[in-house]
Amino acid sequence: MAEQQPVSTNGRAGGDDASNGVLEKLTDDQLRWIYQIMRRIRRFEETAEEAFRAAKMRGALHFYIGEEATATGVCAALDDGDFITSTHRGHGHCIAKGARMDKMMAELFGRTTGYCGGKGGSMHIADIELGNLGANGIVGAGIPIATGAALGSKLRKDGKVTVAFFGDGAGPTGAFHEGVNVAATMNLPAVFVCENNQYGMATHADFANAAPIHNRGAAYGIPSASIDGNDLFEVYATAREAIDRARRGEGPTLIESRTYRHKGHTVLDQKNYRTKEEIAEWVARDPIERFVRAVNESERLDEDDFQAIDGQIEREIEHAVAFAEASPWPTVDVIERDVYVE
Amino acid sequence: MAVTTPQAPAPETATREIFMSEALREAIDEEMTRDPTVFVVGEEVGVWGGAYAVTQGLLEKWGPDRIVDTPIAEAAIAGLGIGAALTGSRPIAEFMYSDFMGIAMDQIVNQAAKNRYMFGGKAKLPLTYRAPFGAGTGNAAQHTQSLEAWFAHVPGLKVITASTPYDAKGLLKSAIREDNVVIMFEHKAIYAMRGHVPEGEYLVPIGVADVKREGDDVSVITYARQTHHALEAAEQLAAEGISVEVVDIRSLYPLDTDTVLRSVRKTHRAVVLYEAVRFGGFGAEIASQIQELAFDDLDAPVLRVGAAHAPVPFSEPLENASFPDTAKVVEAIRQSLQGVY
Ligand SMILES: Cc1ncc(C[n+]2csc(CCOP(=O)(O)OP(=O)(O)O)c2C)c(N)n1
Ligand SMILES: [Mg+2]
Repeated sequence: MAEQQPVSTNGRAGGDDASNGVLEKLTDDQLRWIYQIMRRIRRFEETAEEAFRAAKMRGALHFYIGEEATATGVCAALDDGDFITSTHRGHGHCIAKGARMDKMMAELFGRTTGYCGGKGGSMHIADIELGNLGANGIVGAGIPIATGAALGSKLRKDGKVTVAFFGDGAGPTGAFHEGVNVAATMNLPAVFVCENNQYGMATHADFANAAPIHNRGAAYGIPSASIDGNDLFEVYATAREAIDRARRGEGPTLIESRTYRHKGHTVLDQKNYRTKEEIAEWVARDPIERFVRAVNESERLDEDDFQAIDGQIEREIEHAVAFAEASPWPTVDVIERDVYVE
Repeated sequence: MAVTTPQAPAPETATREIFMSEALREAIDEEMTRDPTVFVVGEEVGVWGGAYAVTQGLLEKWGPDRIVDTPIAEAAIAGLGIGAALTGSRPIAEFMYSDFMGIAMDQIVNQAAKNRYMFGGKAKLPLTYRAPFGAGTGNAAQHTQSLEAWFAHVPGLKVITASTPYDAKGLLKSAIREDNVVIMFEHKAIYAMRGHVPEGEYLVPIGVADVKREGDDVSVITYARQTHHALEAAEQLAAEGISVEVVDIRSLYPLDTDTVLRSVRKTHRAVVLYEAVRFGGFGAEIASQIQELAFDDLDAPVLRVGAAHAPVPFSEPLENASFPDTAKVVEAIRQSLQGVY
């Protein structure tokens, strides 16, 4: 399968909302789940941005807005017990793996009720029970960890698959090479999902990577695909195939998912290394809108379905903020706690 | 090589106040002008202008052959510096955060630090590494560490850090001119601190400490941002008639032990203050040297003030309490004076 043709839509301007038969294979509940997850990610981050601008939280916030289809499409193909490793831009992966927004919001607010009790913040949310092995402040660092999780699964024969999410900026790291190569040599149940959102800070992916990342599958002797990451159905279908393959014991796959962050690198980034036209072009390919259009055309869900989900999410968001704001700040006696198992 | 006084000029002779980040930029720009083999290499040093804006505008001025943006590849950045230095260039390699030096540790520790020695003195590495460090920014455990002791421990590396824009500029210029590997740690929380920097050329020599405030009762030996906590503590205690001397070592290796001992022999009490984890931090080296070399001059044990034994927590009240602040310095000074530890 190493020479598998990328199921690529490379160059296709992303206007195509046809699902190529994938939508038909998804149940109404799955479609609802997908819409719900993508909207949760978007509303969670829009709300976090407001709170940040109102000086209610601090630190670095990296928004995933515009990239929702990748985390959602991949996690839709995972089983509950499967693992992921995530990145500094991790809210989307976290929500797609089933995290609670109230505990996430509380973490961003630095409160005791947050996922990490306020010790981690946005860049370090993890929920091991949900299989989320953590967001990461070190670019590329999640890749070898995913390889390790996959090795553990192989040794324990637990049938689980691990997905490593990482950016185009992680392509150049040594961790990428070591992690992917080891997974390939050991035929581990891992899927490496590169979210190529075109930039790492101000650096274009093509500047940072000598050749397209998906080309590297051949170098490791594993299948790879380059996909339209804003097409939920393409992401899902590709991830499904890779995850099933990994679970069958046939080894890892490398997926390059082309997408775009609508916002700056962090909440504070106001630099103009991208043109307004480029941003507008990608905003027009909004993954949520494309999904909704495709579903509407198929007449599987209707406006009422979407509105019901939207309404529920607004209530979840309101609750999340109220919960975070009402939660206590941690007290200094916990600073040296959790460093070791005691 | 013109070596000027390590003291900042008196305000009346100073011509202007600039940010620490600007002072560093001037150092780089002046040395690039002076020596065409000097170049900058690192992540986001060009188009972005440096994560902390130190290299802002330099790409426009010098072009991409001398302000070299790299992919995210810390081991490569460290190695680019080594290879270019070995072959006749004078690189300034930047790590976006010192926390990421972990990825480059082999290149820095096994290669850069040891090449000259292993090659029997036949190699020369005119190489400067720059790296932001320190907490207080809400960036959590992987972007806030103070790891300077790791590097000061390795023979072959020089380690410097500044508390003022004046020192920052003069030290960085000296580092760039050194034929050795120098690591300059820059505290993130003071990039935007202003200070007097003269218009003209000057250097601050590596290996020379600076007494930032003279006093008679207790010496606080410190460096980088913590110098300001020490100065604030000294100011507060002056109101009570307690006279605190503040020594900014500026250079961890080589360490200006003479200046430290001179101060301690005068005050007979020492508080060593640093922002790194207290256990095993660089302050332990300073404290040890003081007790070895000035034991008879001491009226109290040498105290250390450092960070909690924990990664830096995200939440603001935790983060702020996890490393030394002025109140903790005041408390330690009182303990030293009262003999209550
Ligand atoms: C090892 C390492 N080097 C540098 C950084 C600083 N940094 C944080 S995010 C980032 C860009 C990452 O780009 P990419 O992987 O494409 O992810 P994106 O931000 O686009 O989601 C950089 C350089 C880091 N966190 N870790
Ligand atoms: Mg990117």
